[in-house]
Amino acid sequence: MAIFSIPDISIAGLAAAVPRKQLSNRDYELLSEKEQEFFIKTVGVETRHTADKGMTTSDLCEAAAKSLLDGLGWKAEDLELLIFVSQSRDYIIPATSGILQDKLDLPKSCVALDISLGCSGYVYGLSVMGRMMTGGAIKKGLLMVGDVSTHTTSYKDKSTYPLFGDAGTVTALEYKPGSKEMSFNLQTDGSGYEAIIIPDGGIRNLATVESFEYEKISEGIERNKYHIALDGMEVFNFSLREVAPNIRALCEYAETPLEYIDYFVMHQANKIMNESIRKKLKINAEKYPYSIVEFGNTSSASIPLTIVTELAEIVRDKELKMLFSGFGVGLSWGSVILETGNIVCPELIEL
Amino acid sequence: MIAIEEFIEGVEGEFEDIDTGKLRPDSVIRDHFTWDSINALIFIAHVNVEYDVVISADDLINSHTIQNLYDLVTTKANAA
Repeated sequence: MAIFSIPDISIAGLAAAVPRKQLSNRDYELLSEKEQEFFIKTVGVETRHTADKGMTTSDLCEAAAKSLLDGLGWKAEDLELLIFVSQSRDYIIPATSGILQDKLDLPKSCVALDISLGCSGYVYGLSVMGRMMTGGAIKKGLLMVGDVSTHTTSYKDKSTYPLFGDAGTVTALEYKPGSKEMSFNLQTDGSGYEAIIIPDGGIRNLATVESFEYEKISEGIERNKYHIALDGMEVFNFSLREVAPNIRALCEYAETPLEYIDYFVMHQANKIMNESIRKKLKINAEKYPYSIVEFGNTSSASIPLTIVTELAEIVRDKELKMLFSGFGVGLSWGSVILETGNIVCPELIEL
Repeated sequence: MIAIEEFIEGVEGEFEDIDTGKLRPDSVIRDHFTWDSINALIFIAHVNVEYDVVISADDLINSHTIQNLYDLVTTKANAA
């Protein structure tokens, strides 16, 4: 089992950026007024911040990083590691992390790499960063996580269009001997890879003219093969089945009862699903923040975005025991228990 | 597993459009609400949280009455 702990690494700061443009699901013409209200009430998404054409995840992450480095007083030349976790990279090749290394003026001695994960990506990214930094050879690094999903959703697909929003985040990690361990439980089931998929444009199905032809899948769902296809029922049942046991096993491993945890920051999938997980684990609603109402499902960015928008004051001032859990596309899921204290957390940036 | 009356109370509590006391075991589901994707998710989530069973979209489509749904959930709960 991929259940393990990493010592001596702590979160120094956290920042997030979203596009300034905000769309309301009350203006989404594919749903009647009654359906719009029902969607907002049940799925939980009222508005979403969406990127204009040309704005990328890395643009949002870059803006967040500049603000955070400023807040931390860290110098670019001290950074030795940059990991970019996203499924909406700038180009098919090269990796986006290198572009960010250059834009942020990080030194050439900096390790930069991309990780292709979505909903679970923040937790996975923390584990890879932590493992690379443990031992102290690398002392400071940036984990840049986010997605611009709305460029690849079909307006005519009511199962995806009103759900997703865009965001980019950055988390600054530092090697700090004596920091409390971060404990992880990471899991994968690739047999469900088709549950959330953009079928064309990779090497398996090269993009052709046909990739951009719209197809009617069912009433209210029309898309092409370069759009995100979401098998909501499959993802829903997967999450109901896997997330709570993953969290319970982690708590047992880390000898941390659920009630000792101050906040559970979950991937913002949809409110029906997240509430089910909360009720299964009998977690108090006050410990379970949501950013989905204003920002939608922001894929890999959703956990750090929720901290910046819902818990900023608390993470700045207090020492906390937190549990983060990400689950979805892959299928991939994972949770981490960690402690935070006096994190630098600038205000949300609108770009 | 609980009695069907309690099961019905739970279902009525989940769906605001259904007035309390309106459903009977022989009530035909489609007369009261449709299995659109959100209603299906709400129902699947409800039985998972309350009875710890996982049911599929096909299971729902094949259930015509409230009794069918109750039988489906109890069969799965007993098999677990």
